Amino acid sequence: MTQRNTAAPGHIEYVLRLGDNALILGQRLSEWCGHAPVLEEDMALANTALDLIGQARLLLTHAGRLEGRGRDEDQLAFLRGERDYRNLTLAELPNEDFGRTVVRNFLFAAFQVPLYQRLTASSDAELAAVAAKSLKEARYHLSHAGEWVIRLGDGTDVSHDKAQAALDYLWPYTAEFFAANPIDDAVSAAGIGPAWHNLEADWEAAVVPVLVEATLTVPARTPFASYGKFGRHSEHMGHLLATMQTMQRTYPGAQW
Amino acid sequence: MYTQSLSIPDGEARGPKKVENPAYQAEFDAKIAAGGFIEAKDWMPEAYRKTLIRQISQHAHSEIVGMLPEGNWITRAPSLKRKAILLAKVQDEGGHGLYLYAAAETLGVSRDELYEALLSGKAKYSSIFNYPTLNWADIGVIGWLVDGAAIMNQIPLCKCSYGPYSRAMVRICKEESFHQRQGYDLLLAMMRGTPEQRDMVQDAVNRWWWPSIMMFGPHDKDSVHTETTRWGIKRISNDDLRQKFVDATVKQAEVLGVSLPDPDLKWNAERGHYDFGAIDWDEFWNVVQGHGQCNVDRLAARVKAWEDGAWVREAALEHARKRAVREKDAA
Amino acid sequence: MERKEWPLWEVFVRSRNGLDHKHCGSVHAPDAKLALQVARDVYTRRQEGVSIWVVKASDIVASDPDAKPELFDPAEDKIYRHPTFYTLPEEVDHM
Repeated sequence: MTQRNTAAPGHIEYVLRLGDNALILGQRLSEWCGHAPVLEEDMALANTALDLIGQARLLLTHAGRLEGRGRDEDQLAFLRGERDYRNLTLAELPNEDFGRTVVRNFLFAAFQVPLYQRLTASSDAELAAVAAKSLKEARYHLSHAGEWVIRLGDGTDVSHDKAQAALDYLWPYTAEFFAANPIDDAVSAAGIGPAWHNLEADWEAAVVPVLVEATLTVPARTPFASYGKFGRHSEHMGHLLATMQTMQRTYPGAQW
Repeated sequence: MYTQSLSIPDGEARGPKKVENPAYQAEFDAKIAAGGFIEAKDWMPEAYRKTLIRQISQHAHSEIVGMLPEGNWITRAPSLKRKAILLAKVQDEGGHGLYLYAAAETLGVSRDELYEALLSGKAKYSSIFNYPTLNWADIGVIGWLVDGAAIMNQIPLCKCSYGPYSRAMVRICKEESFHQRQGYDLLLAMMRGTPEQRDMVQDAVNRWWWPSIMMFGPHDKDSVHTETTRWGIKRISNDDLRQKFVDATVKQAEVLGVSLPDPDLKWNAERGHYDFGAIDWDEFWNVVQGHGQCNVDRLAARVKAWEDGAWVREAALEHARKRAVREKDAA
Repeated sequence: MERKEWPLWEVFVRSRNGLDHKHCGSVHAPDAKLALQVARDVYTRRQEGVSIWVVKASDIVASDPDAKPELFDPAEDKIYRHPTFYTLPEEVDHM
């Protein structure tokens, strides 16, 4: 497995962003297992987490191959330093409560759907195949999380306030989804995948009607910016990694 | 995963048919004697119904409390493959709890009532989950020994006389067949690894062996199950199942390359079975009675999840109510 | 006391085209839409179905005793849920 790195500029980085999004949100959602508000929803959250971990495995494996240095999914998942993770900051934020969890799943899935849709036409055949498989999963996540956003937003006064608070907290982090950067430009020029800033209209078209139906107020954009996809994370990331990486760091080289 | 064969009194459960009727009773007895199934709406003796509610709900509680010790390792699983496997497995346990609560509900009790009994500490669940998971090998050993013991207990329940319980058990046993294998597979990988990994496996086996043996419940001479046996709820005795488990496990331990922590464990050619040492029943009853290392924490975690989720459950109901009103107004 | 429990729904799954929907269990859900979704999450984790019905348990009249790709394909790659995913030594392979 010592292929030469023939990947176009930014290609690996772009795939890492996709893989790390799935990895880190999957890790967060897996924290819910056994602790959800009802048994049925415990099952549903675990299914979403399993889908995301599955996506992460495919995408990180692919990134490792593109890189051609022999790193497999686990070396990439567990043995990078914090600054080398390329996930959106939104994915690494703590779950907090069920409200924030479903609002995040909703905002994130609404981004994943148009992204994977475009990626099914990628010039990178492997990436296109992963996207086709993952698109079905993301659509279901969007639908399920959207149903919950509506129920919480248009439920009791308490649930409405909690859903609105979750939305207000998370919304600023969605600006990062669409922050333009040279990697996106290069990758999109090579036909590998869309520049994420071109997905904003699709994302809004998916998000806003549901928020309206949920009787939630769509927050205004502020100057707030986050930079997880460029490798500058929140304070929460280090703790997440400390937990996730502990076995691989403590027992270097061991096979599991 | 599984419930202990314990007879602990429960409170009054509400239910459909309390009428005692000799003709119905005779019909019921004949059905049982012929090995037939009793279905939800059939007449059944009140004691049969209560026994089932107790046993099925204890079993359900065991599944959802059982999510906690293994759940303790999901975020720390050492590879993505193992993380996915463990998450799927713990999720399955939630599913099994769900199937079982639904089976109990056919007997005229609601899931919330059963939950209430668990969360208030009135209801019991399998004591095995009151032991802590201390290293990654615990996840493998739980699959191998704890699920192994559970499967041995559960297979006879697939033929239990109460239809909904029996069908839930068929589904559970089918899903659970991967649980034991993934555990053994995990341990095999560790035994092929470094000395440190092998030490972890042995350490986990040392801690889980006796609690696993205890999962089969008290010795036959100390436990009263005449009714459950007559009713076709329990089909094989505690000691017979335990012996079957020990006999099957010794070989598996050899292949794995671990020792089982019992100096008295040896083949008895005369009996055609392995003999094993005396079980520490004081420890067993201590844990059953709430003094295990994790009893308090396990219950607290269940209570917290339930209380933290209250506003979510209420919101969904309120939304459904509002929507129904709107649809009515629109019509 | 105010009733706070979600209603019970009976779940029927068609395992593949050509077969009837078969009763496979129940779920609690606040409404039909979520009932359908959680039924999918609970009862088709191993590709057990291609179509689901949910019926409110209280709407079932009983005799006296005498999808879509995004719903089902995601279970396709969870091969580790099946016992044959694990290769064990021959001596213990009946596990």
